[in-house]
Amino acid sequence: MDETIALAGNPNSGKTTLFNELTGSRQHVGNYPGVTVEKKQGTYINNGYKLNIVDLPGTYSLTAYSLEEVVARDFLVNEKPEMVVNIVDASNLERNLYLTLQFMEIGIPVCIALNMMDVAETRGIEININKLSRLLGIPVVPTIARSGKGKKELMETVAKSIKNTNPAPLDISYGDDVDKALGEIEEKIKAKNFLTENYRARWTALKYLEKDEQILKLGQKTNPSLSKELEQIVQKVSDHLNETLDTYPEAMIADYRYGYIKSIIKQGVIRHNQDRNRLYTSDKIDKVVTNRFLGPIIMVMVLIGLYKFTFTYSEMPVGWFESFFGWLGEFAETHLAEGLLKSLIISGVIDGVGGVLGFVPLIMFMFFGISLLEDSGYLARVAYMLDRIFRFFGLHGSSVMAFIVSGGIAGGCAVPGVMATRTLKSPRERLATLLTVPFMSCAAKLPVFALLTAAFFAENEAMIMVIITLIAWLGALITAKVLRTTVIKGESTPFVMELPPYRLPTFKGLLIHTWERTWQYVKKAGTIILGISIILWAMMTFPNLPESKTKIFEQKRQTLLASAPASIANEVEAAGKDPKFSPGAMELKKQLSTIDSQEAEAALKNSIAGRFGMALEGITKLAGFDWRTNIALVGGFAAKEVVVSTLGTAYSLGEVDLEESGSLSQTLARAPGWNSLVAFSLIIFTIFYAPCFVAVVCIAREAGSWKWGAFSMAFNTALAFCLAVAVFQIGSFLGY
Amino acid sequence: MLKLNMRQMKVNQTGIISAVKANGELGRRIRDMGVVPGTEITIQGRAPLYDPVCLRIMGFTLTLRNNEANYIEVEVK
Repeated sequence: MDETIALAGNPNSGKTTLFNELTGSRQHVGNYPGVTVEKKQGTYINNGYKLNIVDLPGTYSLTAYSLEEVVARDFLVNEKPEMVVNIVDASNLERNLYLTLQFMEIGIPVCIALNMMDVAETRGIEININKLSRLLGIPVVPTIARSGKGKKELMETVAKSIKNTNPAPLDISYGDDVDKALGEIEEKIKAKNFLTENYRARWTALKYLEKDEQILKLGQKTNPSLSKELEQIVQKVSDHLNETLDTYPEAMIADYRYGYIKSIIKQGVIRHNQDRNRLYTSDKIDKVVTNRFLGPIIMVMVLIGLYKFTFTYSEMPVGWFESFFGWLGEFAETHLAEGLLKSLIISGVIDGVGGVLGFVPLIMFMFFGISLLEDSGYLARVAYMLDRIFRFFGLHGSSVMAFIVSGGIAGGCAVPGVMATRTLKSPRERLATLLTVPFMSCAAKLPVFALLTAAFFAENEAMIMVIITLIAWLGALITAKVLRTTVIKGESTPFVMELPPYRLPTFKGLLIHTWERTWQYVKKAGTIILGISIILWAMMTFPNLPESKTKIFEQKRQTLLASAPASIANEVEAAGKDPKFSPGAMELKKQLSTIDSQEAEAALKNSIAGRFGMALEGITKLAGFDWRTNIALVGGFAAKEVVVSTLGTAYSLGEVDLEESGSLSQTLARAPGWNSLVAFSLIIFTIFYAPCFVAVVCIAREAGSWKWGAFSMAFNTALAFCLAVAVFQIGSFLGY
Repeated sequence: MLKLNMRQMKVNQTGIISAVKANGELGRRIRDMGVVPGTEITIQGRAPLYDPVCLRIMGFTLTLRNNEANYIEVEVK
C-alpha cells in the first residue's frame, strides 16, 4: 500500500488551498463513516513518487466537544497515517502551534508547513525557521499555498522524514500538581496495558485529566474498575487545584501549553518589525463593514446581492434544463405508444430526472456565492453582526444565509437553503436551522400564493405577499425557539469565533468547492429523488379508472363526434400539429377537451392520492379544505407548484399554465366552499406544511439521519394543520 | 492596576488577562483560542447591537458573546 499522510491545521490557515495545490484534480470527497463530516482524499504524484493525502477537518484543537475534532483525532489514532502535515499560519504562529502541540502529545510524527509566509512578511513578522524546527524537534518547511511555492520542498521533506525519523513524543510539564497526577495515572495505565494498543499511556492520562468525554467513555467500557481509580486521582487533583488556585486541571493544561509555546517563541523564533497590534488593511475594512450604521446597510446589500446572483444568473441554465426536458417529454409523447409505460416515462422518469437536475444550476450558483463570502471572510462578519438576534431564537448568526437562500426574500429555494447550513459549525443551532428554513417562501410556493391572492385578495396583492413573508419569518424563528427548548434542547454552542483577515479567494478553490458539493447532490440525493418521484406518480395514477368508466367518457366523445357535421369531425380528427381550425371545429375541439378534463378529474379522484384526499376530508374540513384541495396538497409534496396544476385537474380544467392561472382563480372565486377565509387558511397551510420531498431528502442527508427527514414532514404538517384550523375556526367565529 | 470583567471594557482599551473562570466546553473553546492568563488583549469593537464583542489577541481578531466575556477577568492599566 502507498503511504498516507494527513493534512491538518486551523481553519483559515490555507489548508484547503494547499490540499488543492498538492492533489489538483486527483481528489474525491466522501464522508467519515456514520457522520456528516466531509472526508477529502487525494493523491500527490511527483517523479513517480506517490502519496495518499487525507485532508482532515480544520480545527483549533483536538477536544471531544465537536464532531470535526473527534473525527480528526480518531483518524490519526485508528488509521495511523505515516505523518501529519500541520499547516501553520506564519502570521499567527502562537495560536496555530497550540494544535501542533496536541498532535505531538499524541505521539504522531509531525511536519510543519509554515504557510502564508508572504502575509507574515508584509506584517513585519520574521521567523527563524531553523530555530523553530530545532526547538520543536520536527521539520518546518516555509510555503505559500496560494502560489504553490514550497510545496515541492514540503513533499520532499515529508518523503525523507517518513523514512528516517521516529520522533520522541513531546512531553511537556503542565505544572507540579498536574504532573504528579499525570505520572500516577500513567503508571497505572502501563501496569494494566489500559487502552495501550491505540493510545500512548501519557496521552490517555492527559485526556483523563482533561475530562475528555470520548476517552472516559471508552475507558469505563474497557476497564470500569481501573477507570474509576483513575477518575478518583483526577478528582483529588481537581479539588486540590480548585482550593489552592481556584482553577481546574483542564485549564492548567491549556495554560501550560500556551506557556510552552510562548517560551519557544521568546527564544528568538519571531521578530516583530512592526507593532503587532497595529491596524492592518483588514481591520480598516472592518471599521467600515462592521460599523454600527454602515455595517447593517452593507450586509443587507450583500445578502440581496447573493440572492440575486443565485436566482437571477441561474435562470438561464435552469431554462436550458427545462426546455431540454420539455423537449424530451414531447419527444416521448410523439414516439412512444399510448399507455402506462409512456405515462411512467413522461410523468415519472423524465419529470423526475428533470426535477433533480433542475435544481443543479441553483445549487451551483448558491454554493459559488456562499463560498465566495466564506473564503473572503465576510461570512464570519455576518455571523458577528447578526448573532445577537438569532441567538435569541436558539440559532446562530450564520443561520441567516440558509434563511435568505430558502426564500427569506420571497422566491428562493429550500434545497440549496438546506445545503447552505453547512457553513454552520454548531450542531444544535444547525439542526434547528435545517428544520425551519423550509417555512420560507420558496419560488415554488409563489404560484400557489399568486393563485389564491388573485382569486380572493386581488386589491391587496402586494400587501398579502409582504404579510406572507413576515409570517414565514416569524413562524420559522418562533418554531426554532420552540425546537431549541424541546426536541433540540441544550445550551447554545459557544460562539467564540475568529474573524479571519479578508482575503481574495482563489478562483480554483471556489470552482473545486462548488463542483464537489453540486456533484454530491446529484449523486446522493438524485437517485432517491428519482425513486420518490416515481412513487408519487404511481400514487396519482393508480388504480386506473375502471373500464366501465372510461367507456362512458369514450362514448360521450363518440356521440359528440357523431352529432357534429361530418366535415368538421373530419377536420378535428385529421388535424396535425398547430392546425388552423374553422370556428365550428374549434367549438367541437373545446367540447372534446372538456370531456378529457372530466375524465382526468375522475381518474384523479379514483387514484390512491384521490382516495386519500377524500378520506381526509372529514378532518381537513376543520381547516376549510375539501377533497380537491387535499389532493392538490398531496401533489404539492412533489413540488409546491404542483398544488396549482393538481387543483386545475381536480376542477376539470385540464392542464393549468403556472404563469396564467387566471381561469383557475376565477373558478375558485366562484366555486362553492371557497371564500377568502379558506384561501387564507390554505395560504397558512402552504407556508408551513411538509417540505417538498427533494428538500426532505436533503434535510435527512444534512442532518445525518432519516429520523429528521421524517420529523420535518410530520412536525411541519401537524403545525401547518393546527395553524390553518385556528385561522379557519377563529375566522368563522368572527364571521368572515 | 485595576481588575475588570472583559464585558466592562471599553473599545480600544488594552489589558492583560488575569483569569478565565469558565470550564466545560466554553472554557475549553476560550482557552483553545489563546485566551489564557498572561495574554494581552485589546477590545477592537462591538457588533451593531453591542454584542458580540471583538478583540485583538496575539495578532488575530476574536469575537465572543458578552455572556462569554463575563468569565474573563482582565487587568487594565
